[in-house]
Amino acid sequence: MHNNLLSRILANPLAKAGFIIIAIVFALAMLAPWISPYDPNAINVKAILFAPSWQHWMGTDGLGRDVLSRMLHGGRISLLVGLVAVGISTAIGVVLGALAGYYRGWVDTVIMRIVDIMLSIPSFFLILAVIAFLTPSIINIMIVIGLTSWMGVTRLVRAEFMSLSQREFIQASKTLGAKDARLIFTHLLPNSLTPIIVSAVLGIASAVLMESGLSFLGLGVQAPESSWGNILTDGKEYIQFAWWLSVYPGMAILITVLGYNLLGEGLRDALDPRSDAQE
Amino acid sequence: MLIGISLISFFIMHLAPGDITDNEASFDPKSSEESRAQLRKLYDLDKPVIVQYGLWLKRMVTLDFGKSFASHQKPVFWQTTDKDGNVTKGMIQQALPITLMINIIGLCITLLLAIPLGILAATHYQQWQDRSITLFNFIGFSIPGFWLSLLLMYWLGVVNNWLPISGLHSINYESLDTWAKIKDSVSHLIMPVIIPSVTGLAGITLFVKNGMLDVLGQDYITTARAKGLSEHKVVYQHALRNALLPLITIIGLSIPGLIGGSVIAETIFAIPGMGKLFYDAVLMRDFPVVMGILTIGSALTLVGNLVADVAYAWADPRVRRGVMRN
Repeated sequence: MHNNLLSRILANPLAKAGFIIIAIVFALAMLAPWISPYDPNAINVKAILFAPSWQHWMGTDGLGRDVLSRMLHGGRISLLVGLVAVGISTAIGVVLGALAGYYRGWVDTVIMRIVDIMLSIPSFFLILAVIAFLTPSIINIMIVIGLTSWMGVTRLVRAEFMSLSQREFIQASKTLGAKDARLIFTHLLPNSLTPIIVSAVLGIASAVLMESGLSFLGLGVQAPESSWGNILTDGKEYIQFAWWLSVYPGMAILITVLGYNLLGEGLRDALDPRSDAQE
Repeated sequence: MLIGISLISFFIMHLAPGDITDNEASFDPKSSEESRAQLRKLYDLDKPVIVQYGLWLKRMVTLDFGKSFASHQKPVFWQTTDKDGNVTKGMIQQALPITLMINIIGLCITLLLAIPLGILAATHYQQWQDRSITLFNFIGFSIPGFWLSLLLMYWLGVVNNWLPISGLHSINYESLDTWAKIKDSVSHLIMPVIIPSVTGLAGITLFVKNGMLDVLGQDYITTARAKGLSEHKVVYQHALRNALLPLITIIGLSIPGLIGGSVIAETIFAIPGMGKLFYDAVLMRDFPVVMGILTIGSALTLVGNLVADVAYAWADPRVRRGVMRN
C-alpha cells in the first residue's frame, strides 16, 4: 500500500507528530544565525535579568544576554551532540552485535561479557568520570556518550542476527556458498535495519537528555557556548528572581526529546511489517 | 565480573592527562617538585600502571579503597580508628544510606502509583484512560529530571515557600525537639524523593500495562472468565499476580539508573549522598573516591540483580520447583 518511507511514516499519527516536532526544532536550530534577534554571546549590562517582553521574548540572563538567541544557538549544539553520539554508539553496537550474532562461540562470549560489565556500572557515573578526566568539550561529550551507550544496540543486533540465521533464505544462500561478508552485508544487516533505526531514534532522545544533564552540571558544553543544559544552570542560580531562565530551556529539551520518542515509537509501528495488518 | 568492573574503573582514571599531583599542587602553591615526588610515592604513582592496578586490587578485596586525596585523608569506604582511638567515618559509609533511603522510598511511591495506573491502562485498553496514560508516559519519558526539580523548587520552595529547597536538615536542626526534627527531615526529603519516583513512573507503568495486556490474552484468563468469575477477581487475582512477576526483574535492572540519576538530584538539592559525593570527587579529581564509588555502585547493581533473581525464584513456583528438582 505504502510506496515510500516518508508516506509510511506520515501515515502513523505518532510518527507524524514526532516528525513534525523534530522538523520544526531542526529548522529553528539551522536558521539560528539568521533568525536570532541578538548575538547570543553579546553581554549587555543594561539589560540584566530582564523578564520576557517584546524586546526580549524569553527575557535576558545574568549577563544581559538574550535568552531566545541563546536558546536557538544552543539548540544547534544539543541536536548535534544527540546525532553524533548516537552515530558513534550505533556504529559500535552494530559491529559488535554483528560479530557476536554471526560468529557466536567465544567471540559472542567475550562481547556479551563486556556488555554485561558495562551495563552494571551506573552509566551516569561512568560518563561523569570519563568526562571529568578529559576536558569537557563538545567533541568529548559526543564521544563519551557514544562510547557508553552502545550496549543496547549490540544486544539488539545480536538477537536479530541470531534469529535471522535460522531463517530459510539465509540457510539457502549459505548452502549456495555465499561468503560471510556477503551474508552479513546483503542479507542479515538490511533485514535488521528496522530495529536499528528505531533504537537509534530513541537513542537520540536519551543522548539529548544526557547532554543537557551534563551541561547542567557544568561538565558538558562550556560557557560562553550555550546549550539548553547550561542555560538551566543559570536558571538554578537565579531561581529566586528569574523563572524564565529555567522554564524555557527545559521546555525546549522536553519538546525535542518528546519529538524523538514519538518518532521512534511511531517508526516502530510504521516500519514493522507485522503491524500493517492492523491498518 | 567484578574484576572487569574494577579494571574499567581503574583505567578510566588513568585516561586523565597529567596526574593527581598537578591537582594537589594547585591547592598548595608552595608545593615543590620534591614534595610532589613524595606524594607520588605515597600513592604509588611512581610505579607502572599494572603494578598500581595490582596493589589497588589487593586492597580492594579487603574493601579498602584507600583515603581521599581531597578531603583531609578521610577513608573512602568505611570508618577507620587511628592509634588514639579516634574514629573517622568513611565517606561512602556516610553517603550510601542517604541515597539508598531516598531511592527506596522513591521506588515504593513509584510502585504504588505505577501498578494501579498500569492496570487501569490495560483494562481500559484503547479507551480514554489508556490514551491519557500513554500520553503521560511519553511526557514522563521525555522530561528532564533536573528541570522538573527546578520547577518544583521554584513552585514549592520559592513562590509558595512551603518546602525547604536544599540540604537534609535546617540550620537550627540540633536545637529542635524530636517531633520537630522528624518534621524537618520529612519536609527536606519530599522533593528529592518525588523526583526519582516521577521519572521512574512512566517506565514502570508501561511495563505493568504491557504485562497485563499479555496476561489478559492468555488462555487461562479466558478459562477463568468462562467459569463465570467476576471481572474483578479475574483481573486482580488471576492476571495481576502473573503480570507483576517480571516487575521484580525490572526493579533489579533499574538500580544502576537510580544510583546514576541520584547525581543530578542530589546536586540540585544539596543532599550529601552518593551522587553528590561522586560529583564533588569528580570535580576535585579525587581518584580513590571516584574509583570506590564506581566499584561500590556496580557491586550494588550486581547484588540487586542477584536479589531480583532470588526473589523471582521465590515468587514463581515454576522456577522454584525447577530449582529444587535440580
